[in-house]
Amino acid sequence: MTPQEIADKLKAGFSEAILEVKIEGAIDPYVKIAASKLADLALFLRDDPETQFDFLMCLSGMDNGKGLLGGVYNLYSITKRHKITLKVEVPADKAEIPSVSSLWPTANWHEREAYDLFGIRFTGHPDLRRILLPEDYPGHPLRKDFKVPEFYQGMKVPY
Amino acid sequence: MPETLTAPLTTSTGRVLRTEEMVINMGPQHPSTHGVLRLELIVDGEIVVDVIPHIGYLHRCFEKHAEHMTNYQQVIPYCDRLDYIAAMNMDWAYALAIEKLLGIKVPERVEYIRVIMAELQRIASHLIAIGTYGLDLGAFTPFLYCFRDRERILDLFEMTCGARLLYNYIWVGGVSHDLPPGFIDKAKDFCGYFRPNIKELNDLLTYNEIFVKRTANVGVLPADVAIAYGCSGPMLRGSGVNFDLRRDDPYSIYDRFKWEVQVGKGEMGTVGDCWDRYIVRVREMEQSVKIVEQALDQIVDGDVASAIPKRIRPPVGDVYVRSESPRGEIGFYVVSDGSATPYRVKARSPAFVNLSVTPEICRGYMIADVVAIAGSVDIVLGEVDR
Repeated sequence: MTPQEIADKLKAGFSEAILEVKIEGAIDPYVKIAASKLADLALFLRDDPETQFDFLMCLSGMDNGKGLLGGVYNLYSITKRHKITLKVEVPADKAEIPSVSSLWPTANWHEREAYDLFGIRFTGHPDLRRILLPEDYPGHPLRKDFKVPEFYQGMKVPY
Repeated sequence: MPETLTAPLTTSTGRVLRTEEMVINMGPQHPSTHGVLRLELIVDGEIVVDVIPHIGYLHRCFEKHAEHMTNYQQVIPYCDRLDYIAAMNMDWAYALAIEKLLGIKVPERVEYIRVIMAELQRIASHLIAIGTYGLDLGAFTPFLYCFRDRERILDLFEMTCGARLLYNYIWVGGVSHDLPPGFIDKAKDFCGYFRPNIKELNDLLTYNEIFVKRTANVGVLPADVAIAYGCSGPMLRGSGVNFDLRRDDPYSIYDRFKWEVQVGKGEMGTVGDCWDRYIVRVREMEQSVKIVEQALDQIVDGDVASAIPKRIRPPVGDVYVRSESPRGEIGFYVVSDGSATPYRVKARSPAFVNLSVTPEICRGYMIADVVAIAGSVDIVLGEVDR
């Protein structure tokens, strides 16, 4: 299926959840959706016999500035050989996105990474712990407003 | 009694241990984990009940660094250090992403040079994977044979760009140096020299009975689990999924060469066991030799620096580009805000994703099998932790 057909199919089933569709002018065509509907929509994309998105290539956390955090989901179908990108955006002070780790287990670690580096909470995640940084690390360093702490564990940081 | 003595013992994920269970730490300093990986094993006697991998010991803030460079080319040396035993493939993956963002096309000669380098690098990387895998399972000699052959490839890289491990060779829009005089003959010599050595390796290790007993029917990864966990590269193909990005999501000029995607067939046991993942790597080396030979024959003349942009300022936008590294799908998700530095770079590293499936394939096997399974995943902690 072409990205346009996938977007049309999503619009037919989830018209209220689709916030923006960009096919022309984007290198990777994407569909921006409401975060609250992500899990339903992802389940539909994975299980519908026409889309069959069985492979989550990449899940990236984002800091879009202006107090907004986001998630970017690059989906691929090994059986159908087509791609689509999903984007969600949430306010930084209430950064909660439904987890898709029950649909694609690969999301488990990707979501832990996004939680670790951006502080996005994935609701329904089975084991949302930090993955790359120490458990007691202060803050989420890939946020644009992150300031490197002066001391960490009593050690001066900019040594 | 003080409360600490009566509190139940738990794993780091908070699961309460049963009386007969015990936690054993493997790593972060352990010869068979191929780097600073810590595996928390929950065992019942000798049987592994669960595995909890702990990573991050080698976290070097790649993504944060990338956002703080003064231009896009400066990220490339950091890409080298992601997967430090397949640095060419990492550079290339990043260069592909930025080239797509900029919309530039690189000269024919550069495409050929990149394919030659990437495939030589794939052989070198698989040689390490195979050699150290034998070492994990107690076979010392094949390790030395593999490193002897890898040395020849590193010599070729050294004569091209001066470096033996971290090359900074493939740049956005081109490569840093043209091939030196005599490179093509030397590379052809290598192909002729290396091909019989694969047979030697097979005689020494692949069909060795002890090796087969340790790897066949161990760590079986079914195809549907592999896809759901996002596995890629030899890990996915070992499970019998005929999928290779070089053929199925083609980039560069791979469509010009004749070669075959190798998949595991369960020759020694079950499809998707450790031996299948191992043999896919061995057979991929033969295919890579084929690709290198064809590329050396077809290579055209040209200026390798003509398409290197003086100043990189991609238009606002984002791109996810993936390519096939020796370990699988290396993808870069790059966001540009129109300035001279990337707004966000995310490296989707194959070993990170492949490692996340290890708990699934370790359960129910013995502790010694965990060593065999971890080795067959072929992780490089540099790209797991980034």
